[in-house]
Amino acid sequence: MQLTNRSKNVVNKKMSFWERIYLPAVLAGMWTTIKHFFRKKNALNYPEVKRPFAPVYRGWHVLKRDAQGRENCTACGLCAVACPAEAITMEAAERKKGEENLYREEKYAAVYEINMLRCIFCGLCEEACPKEAIFLTDRIVPADYVRQNFIFGKDLLVEGVEPEKRVDVTVRQKHLTEKKAVELAS
Amino acid sequence: MTALLLITLALLTEKIILILVLFGLTLGVAAYSTYGERKVAAFLQDRLGPNRAGPFGLLQPLVDGAKMFTKEDFMPNAAERWLYILAPGAFMFVALMTSAVIPWGTQLTLFGTPVDLQVADLNIGILYIMGFTSLGVYGIMVGGWASNNKYSLYGAIRASAQMVSYELAMGLAIIAVVMLTGTLSLKEMAAQQAGFNWNIWYQPLGFLIFFVCSLAECNRAPFDMAECETELIGGYHTEYSSMKLGFYLFAEYINMFISCAVISTLYFGGYNFPGIDPGWLGGLMGPIVLLAKTFFFIFVFMWIRWTIPRFRYDQLMRLGWKSLIPLAILNMVLTGAGVLLFSN
Repeated sequence: MQLTNRSKNVVNKKMSFWERIYLPAVLAGMWTTIKHFFRKKNALNYPEVKRPFAPVYRGWHVLKRDAQGRENCTACGLCAVACPAEAITMEAAERKKGEENLYREEKYAAVYEINMLRCIFCGLCEEACPKEAIFLTDRIVPADYVRQNFIFGKDLLVEGVEPEKRVDVTVRQKHLTEKKAVELAS
Repeated sequence: MTALLLITLALLTEKIILILVLFGLTLGVAAYSTYGERKVAAFLQDRLGPNRAGPFGLLQPLVDGAKMFTKEDFMPNAAERWLYILAPGAFMFVALMTSAVIPWGTQLTLFGTPVDLQVADLNIGILYIMGFTSLGVYGIMVGGWASNNKYSLYGAIRASAQMVSYELAMGLAIIAVVMLTGTLSLKEMAAQQAGFNWNIWYQPLGFLIFFVCSLAECNRAPFDMAECETELIGGYHTEYSSMKLGFYLFAEYINMFISCAVISTLYFGGYNFPGIDPGWLGGLMGPIVLLAKTFFFIFVFMWIRWTIPRFRYDQLMRLGWKSLIPLAILNMVLTGAGVLLFSN
C-alpha cells in the first residue's frame, strides 16, 4: 500500500555536465539556507520562554482542593483500582471535629502515595475519580538519584491553599469533559 | 650616523606597533569568528545560537577560551613528546606569519609622518603567502603523526594529500593573476585595482578555482577531510586537549581570516571600493573597506560550511586533479592569450 507520494524512483544514471560541476546544486543549496537565515526562528529561550503543552499531555499528578481550600479526595480508592500499574496506595481516615476546613467530606486520605517509577501516566485515575480530585498536569516529574524519592506523598501531590500555589487544570478539565462527551455520544 | 640610527629606530617602532596591532586584530577576528560561526550555523538552521554569556552572547569567545585553558592537558603515553608539543605551536605560528604581507591600506598619517599599512612590502608577497600556507600542513602532519593514533595519522595523511593536490591548482590560478598584473607584490596588485577595476572582472574562472582551493587549504567543509568527525573522530587533533587543541582550532580560524583577506586583495580590489577613497579618515578607510570584504568572505565560508555535506575522499581527489588543475591550466592559457592580445 502506498502511504504517501513522497517516494522517488532512483535511477543510477550518469551525472550530466551541470551535475558534475556541482556548482548549480551548490548555489541552489546556498539559496535554500540563506532563506532560512532570515526566517523566524523556531527555537525558544527555554527557561524564560516555554512552549505551551498540549491538553493531552499527562505529567505530575495534582490532588485538587475546592474553592474553600478543602481537599476533594475522599479516599474511595477508585483511582487505585483503576490504575493498571498499581502505582497508587492510600490510607483512609475519618474527619475529626474542627477539621471541616481541611477536608470536604467525612472521609479523607491520610496517606496518598503515587510511585512515579511505576506510574505509566495513562490518566485512568483521573477518569475514574468521581470527586474531580486527581488530575494529571503539564508539570514534568523531576529526575532523582534515589528510588525512594520517586514515591510522591501528599506533600508533593496536594496543591497549596494559597491562590498562587493552586495548580491550574482548567484546560485539562475541559479536555476531559469533551472527551467524555464524545465517548458517551458514540 | 645618529640621524640614520634615529630613522631606523623610528621605522622599527612603527613596524613593531603595526605588527602588534595586526596581531591583536587577527586574534580578535579569529576569536569572534568562532562566535560568528556558531551564530551563522544557528541562524541557517532556524536556531538562536549562543546568547547567554553577555549581551547577544558576545562574551562567548572569552568564556570558551577560559574553558580551554582550564581543561586537563592530556598527553598520550606513546606520543612523541616534543613533536606533540611543538606541532600546535608551529601551526599557529605559520597561520599568524601570513598576515605580514597583506596591504591593509595606502598610507596612514600619524603625527605628521606617513605610515605604510603593510608590515613588509615584499616584492614576492604572493609567493611568500603560498610558501607559508604550504608550511601550514606541517603543523597538522607532525601533530597527527606524533599523537601515535591511527585516526590522527589518517587525518594527517589526508590533510597533506589534500594540500598537495589543491595547492597546484591554487598556484596556477595565482599565476594567471600574476600574468595579468605583471607583479608578485600584493601592494602593487592592490594599487592596480583602484576604483572598480578589480581583477574579478578579468579572472572570474581564476577566482572560482582560487576560492575552492582556499576552502580546501583552510580545511573547511566541504573539504574538511582532515578532521571529519564522523569518520576520524577528530582527525589530526583527536589526541589533543586543552589549549593545544585550542591552538589548532584557533589557527584554523586565523587561516580562514587570512585567506579571505588574500581573496579580497587578489580579486576584489583589496582596500579599493568605487566612490570611497582609501585615504579618508586619515587613511583608515582602506583597512575598513578591506575588513568589510574579508568579513563578507568569512561569512560566505561559513555559509558554505553549513550548507554542503562533506565530499568523499575520492571525490575530493578527482575534483582536485581532474577538474580544477585542467581548468586552472586552461585559465592560465586564456589569460596569457588575452594579455598578449590586449597589451599590444
